[in-house]
Parts: sequence; structure tokens; C-alpha cells
Amino acid sequence: MEQYAIEMLHITKKFPGIIANDDITLQLKKGEIHALLGENGAGKSTLMSVLFGLYQPEEGTIKKDGVEVRINNPNDANDLGIGMVHQHFKLVECFTVLDNIILGVEPNKLGFLQKQEAREKVLALSEKYGLRVDPDAKIEDITVGMQQRTEILKMLYRDNEILIFDEPTAVLTPQEISELMLIMKNLAAEGKSILFISHKLNEIMEVADRCTVLRKGKYIGTVNTKDTTPESLSAMMVGRNVNFHVQKTPATPGEVVLSIENMTVASKVHKNNAVKNVSLKVRAGEIVCLAGIDGNGQSEFVYGLSGLEPLVSGKITLCGKDITKASIRERSVMGISHIPEDRHKHGLVLDYSLEDNLILQTYFGPEFTSSAGFLKRKSIRDYANRLIEQYDVRSGQGAITTARSMSGGNQQKAIIAREIDKAPELLIAVQPTRGLDVGAIEYIHKQLIAQRDAGKAVLLISLELDEVMDVPDRILVMYEGEIVGELDPKKTTQEELGLYMAGAKRDEVKA
Amino acid sequence: MLLLIQYTLIFSSVLILVALGGCISEHSGVINLGLEGIMVIGALGGALVMRYCNTSSAFVMVMLSILAAMLFGSVYSSLLGVACINFKADQTLVGTALNLLGTAAATVFVKALNTAANPDDHSSEIEYVRARKMFIVNIHGFEFNWFMLIAVIAVIVVAVMLYRTKFGLRLMACGEHPQAADSVGINVYKMRWAGVLLSGALGGLGGICYILAGVSIWKFENGVAGFGFLALAVMIFGQWKPARIALAALLFGLFRALSNTYIGFPALAALNLPSNVYNMMPYIVSLIVLALTSKNSRAPKAEGIPYDKGSR
Repeated sequence: MEQYAIEMLHITKKFPGIIANDDITLQLKKGEIHALLGENGAGKSTLMSVLFGLYQPEEGTIKKDGVEVRINNPNDANDLGIGMVHQHFKLVECFTVLDNIILGVEPNKLGFLQKQEAREKVLALSEKYGLRVDPDAKIEDITVGMQQRTEILKMLYRDNEILIFDEPTAVLTPQEISELMLIMKNLAAEGKSILFISHKLNEIMEVADRCTVLRKGKYIGTVNTKDTTPESLSAMMVGRNVNFHVQKTPATPGEVVLSIENMTVASKVHKNNAVKNVSLKVRAGEIVCLAGIDGNGQSEFVYGLSGLEPLVSGKITLCGKDITKASIRERSVMGISHIPEDRHKHGLVLDYSLEDNLILQTYFGPEFTSSAGFLKRKSIRDYANRLIEQYDVRSGQGAITTARSMSGGNQQKAIIAREIDKAPELLIAVQPTRGLDVGAIEYIHKQLIAQRDAGKAVLLISLELDEVMDVPDRILVMYEGEIVGELDPKKTTQEELGLYMAGAKRDEVKA
Repeated sequence: MLLLIQYTLIFSSVLILVALGGCISEHSGVINLGLEGIMVIGALGGALVMRYCNTSSAFVMVMLSILAAMLFGSVYSSLLGVACINFKADQTLVGTALNLLGTAAATVFVKALNTAANPDDHSSEIEYVRARKMFIVNIHGFEFNWFMLIAVIAVIVVAVMLYRTKFGLRLMACGEHPQAADSVGINVYKMRWAGVLLSGALGGLGGICYILAGVSIWKFENGVAGFGFLALAVMIFGQWKPARIALAALLFGLFRALSNTYIGFPALAALNLPSNVYNMMPYIVSLIVLALTSKNSRAPKAEGIPYDKGSR
């Protein structure tokens, strides 16, 4: 008989109006790496919340080492040796690595901390599993990779046997990803059982022994990764065949649309310049991608370009006109469209209706405002209905739906509809596919390429390696506020890109 | 000169105690803007003991009034706890309400008490001449007040508690990243309650210390003249760290003391400035200091945000 570390048998969890988990079975063997694959909304998080006792399932049982257990809250899960690295780390930024690891299970005498004891145990663990950390460094000063290793050490320090990784690679560089894969294999070899939640097929193929696929709350199947292919996994996940590789013809660049010379932008958080002396050009009919690891000045670059933040120095020219000092609205009217990084903060007014969100940048024009200054509600409704149909924006009540109540993918579609329909000269798309599922990503990539083919300039800012490799015609890599390399996506590799992104390699780049 | 030192130390003690209270509360994630009101209520508790307790032992008197002040402060601060932790109300609004309520409630209560004892007495004063003497040890003209020692002990105890104990680590985690604390099994609501109650106790202690500082009779209509807010300024200037709070309190205490003692310095008296200028000094200094330093201040990250287990 197989030894299972944890079994979730026939779990059904219903919420009003939706069955989030419908008869799902997940069996994790001792010492294996088991992937849990599914799109957004497939029920992965609900299943994990059931495992952590945050939800009680209507039906189904959970067994640990073959014995049925009840998990009523996260502390029960901890007691059973289940630990999780959350997608958004749960680390206190101004604490040291060591303090974060011991938090909640502090070794103490009469309430006084015994840090020496903790330090020895942490160092021993970090030695044993190859998890390099500096126990005395503060979280806010260390890299994301080291933060993640801190999270892993947190689980090991608690002697957890079942380790859950929730989309652990989203924030890492390619080098850090391969390091993490190695660590996961080491942990499994030491007898830990690992559940790896992901929707990145190549990583699952590389590291996992088996893979369980969920789709729309239903259990689709469990397969051995060595008997399957990424294509068939993807078909299981989406329910149809998805085109991985973005289809596009070679670019035919025309006139320079956007020209940036020596742009420097200050950081809001720190007291230095986040963007240092950056120069670049984007031409009509090409997609240029600004790649880099999160936090290397991309956000500030976009703030400077879109007018959200003033420049410290430099010059921005759009179609031959100097827009360095132009206001945000002037830039928008002159032909810049912006799909913002944070769709809730800069993209939508969440408590406005969908139709009002669709005219946020054009409401003042004669087509929506009468000469007396009143909004023409009828025209707005007609316009919104046209966009909703054309861009397939789905919502509960159509044009009058509150933006907040829409799904992330449809919120993003609404923004894209608004920005593209303005017929811009330059489209700035900042992480346009963040948090979206495969189907929506495919759609958005097609839209970007359609803009390019219509002779527009597209500037894509992305953290996703696949997107960086597939969509653009040119890649510029940003590292610590500077452009450190220009790459041709057809000629480069993910590894080379990773070296640039990590700052290990750099060229002199001329705009 | 001796008088200046004496006043500096006693006013600094007030600020230290109250600012430490604010510091503990904010490290747990709750902004305690109601310190002003808490001080008044704490002072009321202490003053009642001093007025009505007939013990002749100085030790008993000191202990009893301190305990009463801490108890009154804690109980009063639990209003903040209930509203802000359990009902997730806006912490700034509730704090402001506590301030408005504190002085008013104390005034009404004391007036009623005085009128009940003597129908012609409508004052809001409590007099504690005899008891005040028990707090003071006269060393060659320097009036040593036990609160000076208590403040020093408080700084040490709070510093050790925050940085050396399990409780402190957990408390600060709740003020920085409550979701992280929750994920490792810490009860955020409990820790925040602990922070608020401790800050109430220290605020109450500061209140009794304040009314004992210079006088033997207190008119509760006057409240505590913005000392609760001054303590918040001290806390921010002290960067939420006990040792730095102590130093900041000494600076502010010095300016407050000057207004009582500038007459004694020929150089200052010769300037012939109106006394109002000196009275304004601590407040003006706090405005300037905060304007210059608040840019670099690093408050606990999650302070002011009610913790909701559901949102993650």
C-alpha cells in the first residue's frame, strides 16, 4: 500500500452560487514533489484554505499518514506539520531574518528570548539544505530570493513535514528559480513532501513527480510528469488546446514615435533616483519590452513617462513634440495610452460603473459632454455597449456594473478596451497580464500585436520571462534604474536575459 | 538652576511615561490619539485616592495612587480597544472622542462630588496637599519626586520588553505585519488589546505625575494642557524607540520647565519677553521638530489599520 503524507479525499466546498471545490481528491506521497495546476478560479486556493482549516468542507475527509484528522484552524495545520510559503511573503520587513523565523515559536526562558539557541538551529538547517541566509540581515535589505529562503527556513524550523509552495517562482530571476528547484529537490530527498502550486508548465515538468490538475472547481486528473507533455497538461488545465507561442509576423518599424533622452526620475520610497539617465526610442510598428526584476525602476519610469511624477531631468518627445512638461491629460490627448501596473489604483475607479470607467479620459469631449457642461448619458451608454461587445468585456449587469464587482480579467479587458479605442500613437502596457489566466493572457497578447500591426508604437513593461521572450520585437533590460542591455528576442536565451536582469552582465546601450 | 533641573526632570518624566504608552500601543498597531483624555482620567483616579485615602504611610499612599491612576487609565483606554479592535472603528476619531470625553467627564464627576459634600461648592477642584508631600523627598533644596525614578524604570522595562522578550517580538509583529503574525499563530486581537491596555496604564500614570508636578490642587476643567499630544510628538521624535523617547522627552521637558523658571535666569529675564512666549515654547518646538524630522520617521507599518482576519 502506498504511503501518503496527506490525503484530501472527495473534498466539496460550496459558496453561495458557486461550487469552488467539487469532489476533489489530492494525495501527496511521502517525499514526492506534487504539483497542483489550474487557472485562476480553478479552486486551488480554496483547496489550500480547506487544508489550513480556514474553510470547513461540506463533504470529504482529510487524512494524515492514513489517519483521518480534523483541521479547524491554521494552528491545527501547523501542529500536523503542514507549512506554507505564501505567494506574498508573510515577513515583517523591519525584523531580522532570525526574528522572522522564530516569530510565534520563540525559544524563551520566562518570556525572555534565547536567540543564541535559535541561531544555531537556523544555521544548521541552512547548512543542511543549502539555504543561504544572513540571520542578522533585515528583511527589507535582502533580495526576494533570500526572503523566500527565509520563508522556507520558517517551515523547517517548525519541523514541518509537508511543505506547500504557492506560486513560488513568480517573483524570482531565472537563476533564483533554478536554485529554488534544486532546493525543492533536496528537501524532497530528505523526506519532506512538497506541494507545488503553479501554472507554469515547464517548471512543473522539471521539478514535479506528479501533477494534479483542477479546472473550474473540478478534479480533472493526476498524472506522472514523466508520462506527459506540457501541451497535454495545458489542455487538461484549460479544456482546449492553447497556443503557447505568440503568432506574429516580423515587425516593420517606421518613424520614431517616442524618444526619451536622459530621463531621471526620483523614487518616492527611497531618497535616491530610481531611474538614472535612461534614453530610449520606440518606433511605430514595433513592440519594445522593458524587462527587469520587479523594483528596478520600471514603475518610476512609467510614472515619469505618463506624467504621474515629474522628471528630475531629461526630455520626452512624442511624435516630434516635446511633452516633458505636459500634464497627464495633455499627454493622453496627444496620443499616449497607458495600461497601468496597478489596475485598481491607477486603472479604474472601482466604485464607478463600467461605462463611467470607459470614458474616464474622454468624458470632456463633445461626444460625451454637451455645450452646457452636462454629460450625455445616452451617448456614453451607446459607446460603452459598443466597447463591451467589441472587446468581449463580461460583467453581471453590462454597462452599469460596478467595476469592483467584475473579475480581474474583465477589469483588465475594460482598461484595454478604453486605452486601445482611443487610437493612441503610443501604447504603454505595464504588466498587462499580471494575475490573469492563460486564456486572458493569450487575448491580451493578440491585442498588443494587433496594435503593432496597425502601425502603433507599443512599449511593454513586463516581469514575466515568457512574455518578454515571446511578445516584443526588441528587449531592453533595466537594472537598478539603468538600461543595461538591448537584446533581440529571436537571438537571446532566457539564461542570457536572466544574467542581464540580475545585473551580472551589462553592455553600453545607445538609444 | 536647581529648580530648572527639577522641573525639567519632572516634566520629562510625564512625557516619558505617556510617550512610552503611545509607543507600545502603536507597536501593536493601534494609534492612541486619546492619550490626552487617558491622562485626565488617570489623574482623576490618582487624585481621588490622594484626597480620600487617610493612610499615614508614604509608601502605601504612593503605591495606591499609582495603582489607581493605572487602573483608571487602562479601563478608560478599553473604550479605544473595544471600538478600534473589536468594532474596527477609525482610530483617529475614537482617540479624539476619548480626549473630548476625558476632560468633560472628569469635570462633571468632580463637580458632582464636590457639590454632594458641600452644596455651595461648584468647583471642579481636588486638593491633595498632604498626599503630594509623600511623593517628594527634599534633597538640599532639590525636590526629588518618586516619579523621576519610575520614569527611568519604565524606560528600561519597556526597552527590555520590546527587544528582549517573546511578548515584545510578537507585539511589534502585530504593528508591522499583522497577517504575518496571524499566519504563525499569534492572536493579533489579543496582542493589540495588550498594547492598548498597557498604553492606558502608562498614560494614566503620566496623568497623575503631571498634576503632581507643580501644584497641590488640580482644577479638572483644565485637562492636561496638551501634554498627551506633546507626548505623541516626543514619541515620533523618539522614533518609537524607548531610549530615544527618553532623550526627546528631556529636550521637550527642558522647554516646558523654562516657562516656570526663566525668571530665575538673569540673562533670560533681561530679555523682557512676555511669559506667554515661554509658555508657548514646548508647543512651538514640537511643531518645528516634527516638521523637520517627520520626513524620516518610520512608524509601525500597519498602525491605524484595523485588523480583519478575513482580508488577506
